[in-house]
Amino acid sequence: MRKQLTKGNEAIVKSAILAGCRTFYGYPITPASEIAEAAALYMPQAGGVFLQAESEVAAINMLYGAAAAGVRCMTASSGPGISLMQEGISYLAGAELPCVIADIMRGGPGLGNIAPEQGDYHQVVKGGGHGNYRTIVLAPDSVQEMAGLTALAFDLADEYRNPVVVLADGYIGQMMEPVEFPPASAPRPAPGWAVQGTAEARRNLITSIYLEPDGLEAHVRKLDAKYRQAEEREVRAEAWRTEDAEIVLVGYGIVARVLKAVVEQARACGLAVGLLRPITLYPFPSGELQRLSRRARMFLVVELSNGQLWEDVRLAVEGRTPVELYTRVGGNVPSAEEVLAVLWGKARPLAEREELVHG
Amino acid sequence: MSHDRSKPDRGRVELNSEECKGCGLCVEACPPKVLRLAGHLNRYGYHPVTCFTHGCTGCGICFFVCPEPGAIIVLRATALEAETLYA
Amino acid sequence: MASYTVAYEKSKSFFEAYERKAELQHQTHYCPGCGHGIVHKLIANAIDELGIQDRTILITPVGCSVFAYYYFDTGNIQSAHGRAAAVATAVKRARPDSIVLSYQGDGDLAAIGSAEILHAANRGEGITVIFINNAIYGMTGGQVAPTTLLGQKTTTTPFGRSEWNEGYPLKVAELLASLEAPVYIERVGLGNNKQIMQAGRAVRRAIENQVRGLGFSLVEVLSPCPTIWKLDPVDAQRRVREEMPKTFPLGVFRDRTKEAAARPRPPAPPPIAEIPRILSVANGLPRTKAESQRSTIQVDLRVKIAGFGGQGVLMLGEVLAEAGLDAGLEVSWLPSYGPEMRSGTSNCHVRLASRPIDSPLVSRPNALLALNEPSLDKFLTSVEAGGWVLYNGAALPDGCARADVHTISENFTQLADELGDSRAGNMVMLGALLEATGMLSGDSIRTALERLVKSQRWLEIDRQALGRGREVARRGGFHAS
Repeated sequence: MRKQLTKGNEAIVKSAILAGCRTFYGYPITPASEIAEAAALYMPQAGGVFLQAESEVAAINMLYGAAAAGVRCMTASSGPGISLMQEGISYLAGAELPCVIADIMRGGPGLGNIAPEQGDYHQVVKGGGHGNYRTIVLAPDSVQEMAGLTALAFDLADEYRNPVVVLADGYIGQMMEPVEFPPASAPRPAPGWAVQGTAEARRNLITSIYLEPDGLEAHVRKLDAKYRQAEEREVRAEAWRTEDAEIVLVGYGIVARVLKAVVEQARACGLAVGLLRPITLYPFPSGELQRLSRRARMFLVVELSNGQLWEDVRLAVEGRTPVELYTRVGGNVPSAEEVLAVLWGKARPLAEREELVHG
Repeated sequence: MSHDRSKPDRGRVELNSEECKGCGLCVEACPPKVLRLAGHLNRYGYHPVTCFTHGCTGCGICFFVCPEPGAIIVLRATALEAETLYA
Repeated sequence: MASYTVAYEKSKSFFEAYERKAELQHQTHYCPGCGHGIVHKLIANAIDELGIQDRTILITPVGCSVFAYYYFDTGNIQSAHGRAAAVATAVKRARPDSIVLSYQGDGDLAAIGSAEILHAANRGEGITVIFINNAIYGMTGGQVAPTTLLGQKTTTTPFGRSEWNEGYPLKVAELLASLEAPVYIERVGLGNNKQIMQAGRAVRRAIENQVRGLGFSLVEVLSPCPTIWKLDPVDAQRRVREEMPKTFPLGVFRDRTKEAAARPRPPAPPPIAEIPRILSVANGLPRTKAESQRSTIQVDLRVKIAGFGGQGVLMLGEVLAEAGLDAGLEVSWLPSYGPEMRSGTSNCHVRLASRPIDSPLVSRPNALLALNEPSLDKFLTSVEAGGWVLYNGAALPDGCARADVHTISENFTQLADELGDSRAGNMVMLGALLEATGMLSGDSIRTALERLVKSQRWLEIDRQALGRGREVARRGGFHAS
C-alpha cells in the first residue's frame, strides 16, 4: 500500500474516521488546532458531526452526551484545554463512557508557550480530575503511530468503557511522515447500554452519581477491577536494543526518537545502551522496566517535563537500579548530541567502577 | 358550599395517604373544598390529605397542583366525558 | 350507584415504583410543596399525550432534580453541573430521532451553565429545555442564585441580595429571546392551578416543537421552594404568584412555532467505500514504481531549511520530503513552530534516508538551506563537515566562511524574480541542491510537485525555478553525475 506524507495532527483525524468515528467536538488551541480543522473538513463529508464548542468545558461534555448516546466520539486539545476538560473526563470515567481525547502538549504552566513539552504527563496519566479513576494513555512517537494508536484508542475505549487519551507533544502533532492507513471500517452499532431514544434502550441510564457509600464503593471497586485488567493486558512498550543494555534510556514521544539516535551514537562509542519507550503511559510498563533492571546498571529518563515520568520509572524499578534524570522544558527539545554528553557524564563514574565501556 | 346530597358526586378522588407529604396545595386549590389534611399522621409523619365530604366534581385541579406523581387519582362519573384540561 | 372512570392518574411515563431510589420507592425525594414534582408531572403528561415515551431522553442536571431519573421511565442521562445543554446538544445530534429534554435549575443553567445554555440556544439546537427558576440554590442549602430577587436573604446573601454586590436577577427568558435562533421561549409560573395549567400547555408545546423537528424551545418555570424559602407550601405558592412575576413577568418571549422551518436533517452518510477517497487516503493503491524499487544507494540527507516566514521554507521541505518518499526513501519533515517562530523566522528539518529515521530533529545537518542571513548565522556552525550550505545571497557575509563545507551562494530570490515571482526562490534553491548533490530523480521531484502544487500556473513557475537552480549549480561547477 502506498504511504502518504501526513501531518501528525491530520493522521489522528483520518485514522479516527477510518475507525468509524463520526463525531468530533472541540475547541482550537495551538499546537492541536489542525485536528479540529481536519475534523471540520472531513467529518461532515463522511456523514458525521463536527462542532466547535464554546469552550473545552462544553466540548468534553458534548463527548459525554455523544458517548452516552452510543457513538464513537473524540476531541483534541493541548494543556490548558485539557485542564478545563478534566472535570468532564472524571464524569466520563465515572459514568463509564468511551471516548478518545488527543492531547498535543505545549509548554506550561499557565499560558506557557506553544512549543513542544511533556508537562501534561501528571494531569493526563494520573487522572487529573477528581475521584478514583484512570484514563488509558497512549503515547505515539511517529505519525504512523498517531494513526495506529488513535485507532487502538477507540477499540480500548469501547472495550474498557473508559476515556482513552492519545498523548503527544507538539512536534509529533506538527511533523509529517509517511503513513499507511488501514481500510475504512463502518461505524460500530451502538452498545446495548447506550441511551438511544428507542424502546429497547428506554431503561438505560447513564450517571456517575452513587449516593449511598456502599454503592459508590462498589462502583469504584468495579472501576478498579477494570484498571487492573488493563494493567494485565494492555501494557505496550518498545524495547530498542535492550537485550544487552547496561544503560537503559527511558522516554516517550519525540524524546524517544531523539533517544534512538542517542542509542546509535552511544553504541558507536562502545556503550551498551538501549531504550525503553513506553507506548502506554497508563498502564505503565513497570514489569518491563523491572525485567530490564536485572541487567541494567543505570536508567536515564529523558523528558520534556520536570521529572514527572521519572517518578513512575523510579516506582517501577523500586530502588534496585539508579534512575537518573535529564529534562528540558519550556519548548526546548534536546539534541542527540546533548543527551549523549549527559549520558557520558553519568556513565563515566559507573564505567570507572564497573567497566561499563566495552572495547 | 351548597351541594345536593341526594345525587351522586360527579367526581371522586383516590388519595394515597402513604405517598402524600401533607403540603396542602390540593386543599388550597380544590374548588368545592372537599379536601383537608387529616388529623392523624401517616408513616412518614405527615398529615395526609383526606376527602372529608361530598361534592367532588372530578375537575382534576388537585391532581395537577399535587407535586407527587401518584398521590392522587381523579375519577369522573362515567356519564361525563373525560376532557383534557389543555383543551 | 354511579360508576366512575379514571380521569387523571399517574402518568405512564413514570415508573410504577421508583426502584432506582434506595428507600421510599413510591414517593419522590422532593420536599412537600416543591415545584419540581409538579413540573415532572406536566412533562410526563406531555410525553404520554405525544406518544413519545420510547423516544424521550431526559438530561438531568446537578441540583435537587439530579435524581429525576428515579421517576421518568425514559432514557436518562445525568450530566455534570451546568453542562446539560452541551450534553443535550450532542445527544440530539447523535440521535436526531430522539426527543431530548434538558431539565435544569437556576444555579445549573443560569450560573455555572450560562455559557452552555447561551450557545445551545444560539445554535438553535433542536432540543427542549425546561428551566426551573426558584430563585435559590436548593440542594446545597439555600445560597444565592443568579435569579435571586433583590433584597432576598440567602445563606450567602445574609443581608439580602444587593444590586451592587450580586447584580440584578438574571432574566433568562428575555436574554435568550434576544437571540435569533430560538423558536419558542415562554415563562410560566406554578403560583396557582391556572398558572399550572398554562405551564402544562407551555411544556407540551415546547416538546411538541421538537417532535415537529423545529429548533430550540425553552420554558422557564417560576417554582416554589418552600423548605429553603422557609415558607409553608401554600405561602410559597403565593409568593410565586404575587412576588416573583414583579421581577420575572410571565408570558411568551418568542414564538416562531408557526413560521419556523424544521431544522434540516443530516444528509445520508456516504458509503464506507467512499471514505478513503473523501479523506484523500490512498489505501488500496499500489506503491509507485519508485517506491517499490528501493534505492540501493545509502542515503542519509539531513536538511535544515531556514528563513523568514513567506519565503517558502516549509514548502521547500515538503517538496523534498514528498520527492524522497516517491523515491522509496524514509522521510520526515518537522517544522519549528515553537520559539523560533516568534521573530518571524521559520525553519524546518527534513530527513531523507535509506534506513528508518530515528530522530526527525536535525541537529547536525549535512545540508543547510539558509534563505536569509540570520538563518545562516544561526545554523552554519551546526553543519557537518563535508556538508552543503546553500545561501540566498551573492556571497557569504564576512566571517561566515567555512572551509570544510561546500557552499553555493547565489541570490536565489532575485533569480526567481526574473522568472516572474520572487516566492519561487525556494524552488530555485531546491534545484541547485538537487543538481549539486545528485539527490533524487527529476521524476520524483515532478511527482512531488504535482502532489503538492494545485495551480497549473505555479506548477509551471516551480518547474522553471527548479531548472534555473540546476543551471546555477552547474555553472558553479557543482554537478553530481
